[in-house]
Amino acid sequence: MNTMFQTHNVDLATASLRELHTQLYAADAETASWQISNPRGRHSIAAGLNAPLRVTVKGHVGYYAAGMNQLASVLIAGNAGTGVAENMMSGTVRVLGNASQAAGATGQGGLLVIDGDAGARCGISMKGIDIVVRGSVGHMSAFMAQSGNLVVCGDAGDALGDSIYEARLFVRGAVKSLGADCEKKEMTETDRIILAGLLAKAEIADMDPSDFTLYGSARRLYHFHVDNAASY
Amino acid sequence: MCGIVGLFLKNPALEERLGQLTAAMLEVMSERGPDSAGFAVYQSAAGGKIKLTLRAETHCDFEALARDLGAVLDSDVAICRNDDHAVLSLDPALEAVARQEISRLSPRLHVMSVGSAMELYKGVGAPAAVADRFGLAAMTGTHAIGHTRMATESAVTIAGSHPFSTGADQCLVHNGSLSNHNDIRRRLRREGLTFETENDSEVAAGYLSWRLSQGAKLDEALTEALSELDGFYTFVVGTKSGFGVLRDPVACKPAVMAETDDYVAFGSEYRALVDLPGIEDAHLFEPEPQRVYFWERQS
Repeated sequence: MNTMFQTHNVDLATASLRELHTQLYAADAETASWQISNPRGRHSIAAGLNAPLRVTVKGHVGYYAAGMNQLASVLIAGNAGTGVAENMMSGTVRVLGNASQAAGATGQGGLLVIDGDAGARCGISMKGIDIVVRGSVGHMSAFMAQSGNLVVCGDAGDALGDSIYEARLFVRGAVKSLGADCEKKEMTETDRIILAGLLAKAEIADMDPSDFTLYGSARRLYHFHVDNAASY
Repeated sequence: MCGIVGLFLKNPALEERLGQLTAAMLEVMSERGPDSAGFAVYQSAAGGKIKLTLRAETHCDFEALARDLGAVLDSDVAICRNDDHAVLSLDPALEAVARQEISRLSPRLHVMSVGSAMELYKGVGAPAAVADRFGLAAMTGTHAIGHTRMATESAVTIAGSHPFSTGADQCLVHNGSLSNHNDIRRRLRREGLTFETENDSEVAAGYLSWRLSQGAKLDEALTEALSELDGFYTFVVGTKSGFGVLRDPVACKPAVMAETDDYVAFGSEYRALVDLPGIEDAHLFEPEPQRVYFWERQS
């Protein structure tokens, strides 16, 4: 058996997306890494991976890149369109540029790191994923978040954590406004350890956890109450 | 869904390539809007003339129409036929009479647009086929706005395809849907505006034209639109010398922009922009919700 570490190059200027994915899904995870060039903003690149592959995409990607990821480690050396790492289950996805709306949407596990800014609805309906954004996030981020952690080193837009069930939202900069039922929380030692661990995993060494503020659910909307009718 | 592309040139050296670049962008957006397409191209008419873009529902002898119109108006009327469209060039003072005569001579002709620079083309079918049919790739000019449509609110017809023009040299393309268009249409009709369709996007175009006719600048009209128009929208609008972008507060309809020293470009998705010259070094950004973006040519 050949245990040599191999790098496979796939050029999307000549290979189709289906050809790329056919190779990725059949790949020997232990021995290979993948370099994908000329993504040209195409959709669904490296989506649906289900093995501990190392994949680098050199350039900007379109919608749903690395969506539904399990186990794989995907690096996007560019910007990402709508829904990067949406519904991720495990593994790591890193975007070196900016991400568009709904980054990490509905993610159930794994780590999504965005070195630039994320657009609107980052972490919408997150269900256990950890998301670390080195820049800022847009409006309605962590909308209906259920569990997991969102770390924002920059600012958050309007209506952060609107209708949040649970999930920790750590924001270092300003929050333009909080959504319904999202409130500032006292940061416990446990929270601080979680935050420090996420910054370390995201390889962000120049941020001090004590500069962040924690936001979470006020739990007033868990059950219908007529006094809260305006907030639903 | 729908696709929008727009290209506003700052560097005159690119004007020769405006149509070619726009056609390529439009084709990439076919998946977002495969049923029909349209585009507006701005290229100033020579000799102080105005251009009327006409569309014929059925076969039309455009040359004969131009001769008849010239005789009635007692003036030179040039015509340039382009498939089922044609661009008439004439003296601006004759516009009103020309419109009357066109509807009298040929009732099945539609005046798609009027202006000293803008020409407007629309067709049903795949965007690449529509662009080919009108020879978009060979067109030159200062700016262009295109749209690929996936009809949701009204039928797949040329009348329902974009861009909509409701004022001289003004056009609007829309991705989204408006919820208060009937109300606004009624109000604008009371102000004297006329509408060709039941389409929501035409109302947005009409609203902006109305504000512009009241003396507002394009950026002011767009700011006012934020409080008047309800629904989902990403708009790209063109005037003779301006190019504007507006997204609603929720901003769920996509938009990516690229700016360099040579141009400002708009795409519903980044992949529409990938072949623009110098895109690697362009400033790439998503326009923020509720913020008016506006560029104006200095000349």
